Amino acid sequence: MAVIEAIKLRRTYRTTTGVLRRKPLEVEAVRGISFSVERGELFGLLGPNGAGKTTTIKMLITLLLPTSGEARVLGHDVVDDAREVRKRIGYVFGGDRGLYERLSAYDNLRYFAELYGVSGREQRTRIDEVLELVGLKGREHERVEGYSRGMRQRLHIARGILHDPEVVFLDEPTIGVDPVGARDLRRMISDLVAGGKTVLLTTHYMFEADALCDRIAVISRGEIVGAGSPAELKGRVQGGHVTEIEVFGVDDPTVDRLRGIAGVTAVTIEEREQKQVLVVQTSGEHEVTAALLAQLDGFEVGRVASREPTLEDAYVALVDE
Amino acid sequence: MSSLRVLWAGWVTHFKIVSRSPFAIGVGATWPIVNATLAYFMYQAGGSPQTLLYASLGSAVAGIWSMAALDASGAIQRQRFWGTLELLVAAPVKFALVLLPMTIAIASVGIYCLATTLVWGRLVYGIPLPLEHPLAFVLAVPATLVSVGVLGFALCMLLVRFRAASHIGNSLEYPVWLASGLLFPIAVLPAWTHPISWSLATTWGMRALLHGSLGGPVWLDLGMCALLTVVYGAIGVAILDRFLDAARRSATLSLT
Repeated sequence: MAVIEAIKLRRTYRTTTGVLRRKPLEVEAVRGISFSVERGELFGLLGPNGAGKTTTIKMLITLLLPTSGEARVLGHDVVDDAREVRKRIGYVFGGDRGLYERLSAYDNLRYFAELYGVSGREQRTRIDEVLELVGLKGREHERVEGYSRGMRQRLHIARGILHDPEVVFLDEPTIGVDPVGARDLRRMISDLVAGGKTVLLTTHYMFEADALCDRIAVISRGEIVGAGSPAELKGRVQGGHVTEIEVFGVDDPTVDRLRGIAGVTAVTIEEREQKQVLVVQTSGEHEVTAALLAQLDGFEVGRVASREPTLEDAYVALVDE
Repeated sequence: MSSLRVLWAGWVTHFKIVSRSPFAIGVGATWPIVNATLAYFMYQAGGSPQTLLYASLGSAVAGIWSMAALDASGAIQRQRFWGTLELLVAAPVKFALVLLPMTIAIASVGIYCLATTLVWGRLVYGIPLPLEHPLAFVLAVPATLVSVGVLGFALCMLLVRFRAASHIGNSLEYPVWLASGLLFPIAVLPAWTHPISWSLATTWGMRALLHGSLGGPVWLDLGMCALLTVVYGAIGVAILDRFLDAARRSATLSLT
């Protein structure tokens, strides 16, 4: 039996536009997605900002009601059996908020231990264990307001696993953390899976998903546009090519024209100081460099390079489809 | 047992949080002194020590209510702002057990108001504190704090839809002072206001403290505090369930 199951899960938000004449607007954040996560698996939900990752995770952890569809965690329905789900899961999100700044890390953990039903006798031992695990032992009696961003994120993880949940949901846990801190956090996440936990991770860092996840679902505009192991996803763009062209001042209509060239599967622009780099993915069946340069006639063009596609290119191609 | 543990842990945690706010403590400790001083000069013409004690206790209870009106009414918004609301809702305990100790802890900081007012009155103006019913007076302190805290919980739920909840709560500060007889006895108010006065925990808390000190039907006052605590709690819990359901439907838990 799958530990996490989402079946045609859908969520719409109602909002309004306008100031004087308010018009109702319905935004489809998640559009009927289905996936399952097996026991002991580290499953990644990967997608750009606003793709629907956090909405999906919030439905699975019972904070949001789905508009339609079903979801179960460890066999418990997230709508009808919310309390049973909550007992068995841990939730960690990224960012500075979500902690009581005026309290010490120890006091924060003690409060959440009580809320999550860790018995009085076990609390001290369990808090010591998680502090050791996240590398905050010795700093636990300092107030959180003096913690660095990385320390706060480690405390978030400690809080999320305090009650030893079977399933841990991690919503962009490394966002805003420096590279060394992020590497430490990734090691902690690997340790969780090695310790037998099932983890659902959302991220928009491709390398992070590649390094950690057993399987990945790429989500874009509320729909799953690709799923599989990192190797399988990479395989989707193998045989293709990527051409990088340095340009200056390229506008959107020109980029759209590039997308229309036969053989071009995706075009993205990276801003690098004054210049732009066009990353053009091609199917590999056509030689398109001349056609690309023809469309860029009139713009200042710098270095042109060709390379093999990476997993990030696979992700971009999926999201861009 | 487990529910009591959660309530106690919540109270300790949130009492620590509020007690570490220099603003809350500064205002909580100094504002009643200003009130007590004003009341002392207003009432000293009468020359009765009982009137001065009335003014002193009234200022203390006014301070407790100010805490609840300003801070407890915006308790949910504050958790939203801190980013902790979703984590608290996602916990497997009933959310009422999470929110109740929070508002009681806020009102409990009013203990500083009580202490500073009585000490100030004694040391500066020589206002005595007779204890006709010492046990009842001691019980009246937590009874007042808890009942006002639970009133703050009900207020928090009534104002939960408003982002400026604490401002609305703040606007209720003076009317409740007047209606509860904290500045002058409610007997001088029009008769139609008396039911409002009787429905307020501050009225009965003030009476319990006063009767515990000077003598009077203190046990009735304590009983009314207990009854109102249950009523406010029931109102708050009933609204809370609807709020949580609506927030999960409309995705407003994390909005600041």
